[in-house]
Amino acid sequence: MTEMVYYYDGSFDGFLCCIFDSYANHEPLTAIFPEEDSAPTLFASRYILTDPSHANRVLRKIVKCSPYTADLLRKGFLSCLPEKELYLYRLVVKLLREGPGFLRNFSDETLYPVAKAVRHLMGEAHLLKGFVRFSDLGGVLGSEIEPKNRVLPLLRCHFCSRYQGEKFFIYDRTHREVLLYASGKAVICPLADFQMAPPDETEAAYRILWKRFYDTIAIKERYNPKCRMTNMPKRYWGTMTEFQDASYFKAQRSPADAAIPGAPAGISVPGIPGEHGPSAPASAP
Amino acid sequence: MDVLEKLTILTDAAKYDAACTSSGGNRRAKPGYIGNTSASVAGCCHTFSADGRCVTLLKVLMTNRCVYDCKYCVNRRSNDTRRAAFTPKELADLTIQFYRRNYIEGLFLSSGVFRSPDYTTELMIQSLRLLREQYRFNGYIHAKAIPGTAPELVEQLGLLADRLSVNIELPSEAGLRALAPDKTKHAILAPMRQIQARNQQNKEELVKYRHAPKFAPAGQSTQLIVGATQDSDRHILRLTQGLYDRYRLKRVFYSAYVPVVEHALLPSKDIKPPLLREHRLYQADWLLRFYGFRAEELLDADHPDFDPRVDPKCSWALAHLDFFPVEVNTADYETLLRIPGVGVTSARRILSARRAGRLHIDDLKKLGVVMKRAQYFLTASGKIPDGLRFTPDSLLRGLIAAERPLLPQQELVQMSLFDPAG
Repeated sequence: MTEMVYYYDGSFDGFLCCIFDSYANHEPLTAIFPEEDSAPTLFASRYILTDPSHANRVLRKIVKCSPYTADLLRKGFLSCLPEKELYLYRLVVKLLREGPGFLRNFSDETLYPVAKAVRHLMGEAHLLKGFVRFSDLGGVLGSEIEPKNRVLPLLRCHFCSRYQGEKFFIYDRTHREVLLYASGKAVICPLADFQMAPPDETEAAYRILWKRFYDTIAIKERYNPKCRMTNMPKRYWGTMTEFQDASYFKAQRSPADAAIPGAPAGISVPGIPGEHGPSAPASAP
Repeated sequence: MDVLEKLTILTDAAKYDAACTSSGGNRRAKPGYIGNTSASVAGCCHTFSADGRCVTLLKVLMTNRCVYDCKYCVNRRSNDTRRAAFTPKELADLTIQFYRRNYIEGLFLSSGVFRSPDYTTELMIQSLRLLREQYRFNGYIHAKAIPGTAPELVEQLGLLADRLSVNIELPSEAGLRALAPDKTKHAILAPMRQIQARNQQNKEELVKYRHAPKFAPAGQSTQLIVGATQDSDRHILRLTQGLYDRYRLKRVFYSAYVPVVEHALLPSKDIKPPLLREHRLYQADWLLRFYGFRAEELLDADHPDFDPRVDPKCSWALAHLDFFPVEVNTADYETLLRIPGVGVTSARRILSARRAGRLHIDDLKKLGVVMKRAQYFLTASGKIPDGLRFTPDSLLRGLIAAERPLLPQQELVQMSLFDPAG
């Protein structure tokens, strides 16, 4: 039996087919790569075609052995664990060889890296449920995020039930994907580039109100930047309203309006944020 | 006065209230309504302010006009400060628009006592009703019940809000008499008792009729100010325990007293808020709620206050060294929870993992045990970590050293050779 490297199309079904073919061909795997980063290797390699019926068979078998593992696979596949496919593959191999007993032990060497990655994913998704900031763009709510993991599938249910009467989208800058929701239907699709439209007057006014609320709610005598950073790591700040600079709070009807000198400046002038209290003293680049 | 200015004044006046959680609610999305409450047990934080506190709810006062004259409060009537009041519509607009943009999880509505408790509560009810019925807001609402309000109004408030809270503020009656002459213990406890009884009754109603209107489904909470009076930690903790036992509170919040006013009866204005003491009280509060500790175990008449150097659980462990070491392969859940460095999650993981095989010291870190504290108090398969040597004396030093990086530095008192107390 020679060890093999498999390539697949990057989809979850494709990954399941890699497991299927590794068993069908009696080939243990040393690596599984999505096709885009196919570097030349010394190992024998094979490109696996995605066959939904094969994927289904693998998943059915795993669900039968351990529904928990099936859940770990789905979530682990969204995580940012390097070489996640190999870790997940090893988990499945161990499950099929030994049965589900070892899953009780969180510190098990095969389970631990996957479970840890899934915890990281779930933690990030939980934080983002709070940290996502929408802007009202003429009736459509839009937002951008920059997560490490692919959290959109996990955010979908939360935001769709919360804003079920609204139209909204969340753009994931890291993975270049967008979650679109309108009238009860949600889709996640790839989107190579995206630029957020500038705010109109009402939107700018609410941004200012929020910024003011955020600055006012802090108690000066308890100032504790370390605690804030622990709870809300800085990598999330880039997409949050309260940490943007003054230009973010300026109303622009449209890019054309902004270019005309003397265009109505909206409500932003009297309450320019940043002058009021120390909101993000350490946010300088 | 525009909304921005009102928001500034009324947020500034509300910020000293510690409670800001959206936990415990279970409001599913409804067609035609906006919002739900977060399904996760822990609630959902939307941001953290510069003082590191979680911001979940739009925390504002209905008005900061107040007829009371509580000495410790910024909003007391004798304080010369700018006053403002939201109209119900302004408040509803603000809540909905913030909510749509995912700035907040809901509304936390408190108020100064304008004219009378009843009048103020009616204003609050009017706002919440507008928000719930016309703006069709289905998110989280936390409302303050003001001591001295008529029971009928508390009832109405509870039907609109997810959680109600009545602030005790000062932990003893003597403190209340001195600093909050307009409030009495009875007036504070009456609505608490009512909310608790009504909650109980509501649970029974919901069993019988699935669609019975829900009364404050997320329960009630309260707040105690720490450091404004001379009350000891022991007194505060016993009061807390009583509130959990007898009034079935979901949470007791502690708020380190921030000196905002100069008054003969209050600590002077240049002292720092007792943040470390507040932190220790929260740690003890967790021990009461999740770890099966009782207040009497943590503090007694000889030790009325917490040791600032180590956390309450370590203090307890140091005073009960005969209880340790605990063997993680055989100990039951309650015993595991007594080990410093072992929490609810890691204790559960230990229970589950040892069904798959014996545990060794190296596995514990992966299970989430904080070994820098736990190493002194446990054995795994009869072994302690390699190379670990300690005596009861060095044990305390080791624990203090492990804790020090986590503490705010200015809180540690400098030892002095010339200290008269020795």
